Amino acid sequence: MIEVEHLTKEYGDFRAIDDISFTVEKGEILGFLGPNGAGKTTVMRILTCFFPPTRGKAMVAGYNCFEDSLNVRKRIGYLPERVPLYEDMEVADYLRFVAAIKGTPAKEVQRKAARVMDDCGLGEVAHKPIKAISRGYRQRVGIAQALVNDPEVLILDEPTVGLDPKQIKEIRKLIKDLAGRHTVILSTHILPEVSILCGRVIIINKGKLVAVDKPENLRAEGSRRTYLRISGEARRVEEELARLEGVSGLTREQAADDTQAFILAFTDEKRGRQAINSMIERNHWDLIEMRPIEASLEDIFIKLVTREEA
Amino acid sequence: MNPRNIGLILTRELKSYFSSLTVYLVIVMFLLMTGYFFYNLLATFSVVSVQAQADPMLARQYQLLNINETVIRPLFGSISIILLLMTPLLTMRLFAEEKKTGTIELLLTFPVNDVDVVLGKYLACVVVILAMILLTATYPVIIVVLGTPELMPILTGYLGLALLGAAAAALGVFTSSTTENQIVSASISYGLLFFFWLISYSVPLVSAGLGQVLAYLSINEHITSLSKGVVDSEDLIYYLCLVALFLFLTLRSLETNRWR
Ligand SMILES: Nc1ncnc2c1ncn2[C@@H]1O[C@H](COP(=O)(O)OP(=O)(O)O)[C@@H](O)[C@H]1O
Ligand SMILES: [Mg+2]
Repeated sequence: MIEVEHLTKEYGDFRAIDDISFTVEKGEILGFLGPNGAGKTTVMRILTCFFPPTRGKAMVAGYNCFEDSLNVRKRIGYLPERVPLYEDMEVADYLRFVAAIKGTPAKEVQRKAARVMDDCGLGEVAHKPIKAISRGYRQRVGIAQALVNDPEVLILDEPTVGLDPKQIKEIRKLIKDLAGRHTVILSTHILPEVSILCGRVIIINKGKLVAVDKPENLRAEGSRRTYLRISGEARRVEEELARLEGVSGLTREQAADDTQAFILAFTDEKRGRQAINSMIERNHWDLIEMRPIEASLEDIFIKLVTREEA
Repeated sequence: MNPRNIGLILTRELKSYFSSLTVYLVIVMFLLMTGYFFYNLLATFSVVSVQAQADPMLARQYQLLNINETVIRPLFGSISIILLLMTPLLTMRLFAEEKKTGTIELLLTFPVNDVDVVLGKYLACVVVILAMILLTATYPVIIVVLGTPELMPILTGYLGLALLGAAAAALGVFTSSTTENQIVSASISYGLLFFFWLISYSVPLVSAGLGQVLAYLSINEHITSLSKGVVDSEDLIYYLCLVALFLFLTLRSLETNRWR
């Protein structure tokens, strides 16, 4: 649905994004993750045809964002980062305007606007001027205007930034409900958000692509490590463990008296676990604790980003 | 070009105009100022007329003049200057405000051609200007009730005002597209408008050939002939060229914004 190839954008001499390539399949929710200034907004502005890339190519639904921009723009809904709306218009009036300008036939404008207000829970504020509604409602109006013509692709730039926790929850639910019906790209600098919302995540930093994967795989990359605590004689436990097949990267940890603690990585998880179990049985030791160490996305993010900088 | 999209943008702009205080203020100021000139011209005319009844010399002299020459022509002159003072206040927000608040980002990513955006905004402003000009029609109506002026110069005078307003609006739309600061936009508009106004003063100072060119470029030279009741295609073409030029420049300015 979306193909991005070798995308580069320069503002004067400053390279905001550098040779970024990725694809997004139909129905997917892709998370765009990166610290502030990473270039997320820049990529989104190219995808929405706000400006062309300096080099490279972006395709949406088979159309080139630069050469065939009108066809691309017909198929996307966009929520810009600052949620710029016409402050002096009433919510319902504004959504009717957007529906019409996106090519909805005049007869259906009213119905589409009403439906999207329903979907986004805007009934209460329908006749309030936009300048008078809360931040959470603004965000919903922003999402509603992106959704109003039922676009194939939704591009949401930091949809939960600046909201309070309750509003964040509501907006996330709203986005989650969109999955399947639309292809969604959303950017965020909040890590847990991608594991909640996205099927796949792209990490960018300083304009460069750092990683593309499923959130759980990214996490797994750092989580094949296991914490193990055994009661037994220290020297022998270490010797036997080091000899086991499927176990590597053994490091000793501090532990209470009589117990030995290690952090290890499995090269082959199933065989490694079996080997540990039979070793314990053979020696009549006690297994006190064995648990995988969940690396948080934060850890992975920091690892990836610092690896890039190193 | 898509008439529906132009219409949608035009209506939205009009609603936005009339939901803010600025446009009412501009219209009130415009009517107060033009009304003041009209009142003075009329008062002077009636004082002189009364004196002429007692003084045969003055009466003969005065016959040579008529209400068209002494009231209507100077009236159109004043209205056009005041119109030029008002249009930058109407045009300054059209693009500058959208750039400042960021709504331009949504507007330009809607499936709408830039031409439609520019025309929609431009025409909204022209509608307001035409409404303002039409409100001044009360003055000639009063003259028609009180006396017997020639009608043709009044009609062509209004054509001239409409064309002048249309040209000034195009210029203002352009300056608004170059900045996100409304004050800067208005200042550049005033600068350019006064340039087009003042070049006629250089006509006597330069060679005949150049003088002709400057006179042709000057906004007020063209108003003068229209308010005499003469419709010259040269004048029409002049104003329409200004409109086309500045709308074209606006499109280019939107495009370069995209490239930055
Ligand atoms: N119009 C612009 N002119 C110059 N530099 C810009 C412009 N827009 C963004 N940048 C710079 O490009 C980099 C990426 O910006 P952006 O795409 O907004 O990042 P993000 O959305 O990830 O925070 C930043 O360093 C920013 O300062
Ligand atoms: Mg951003």
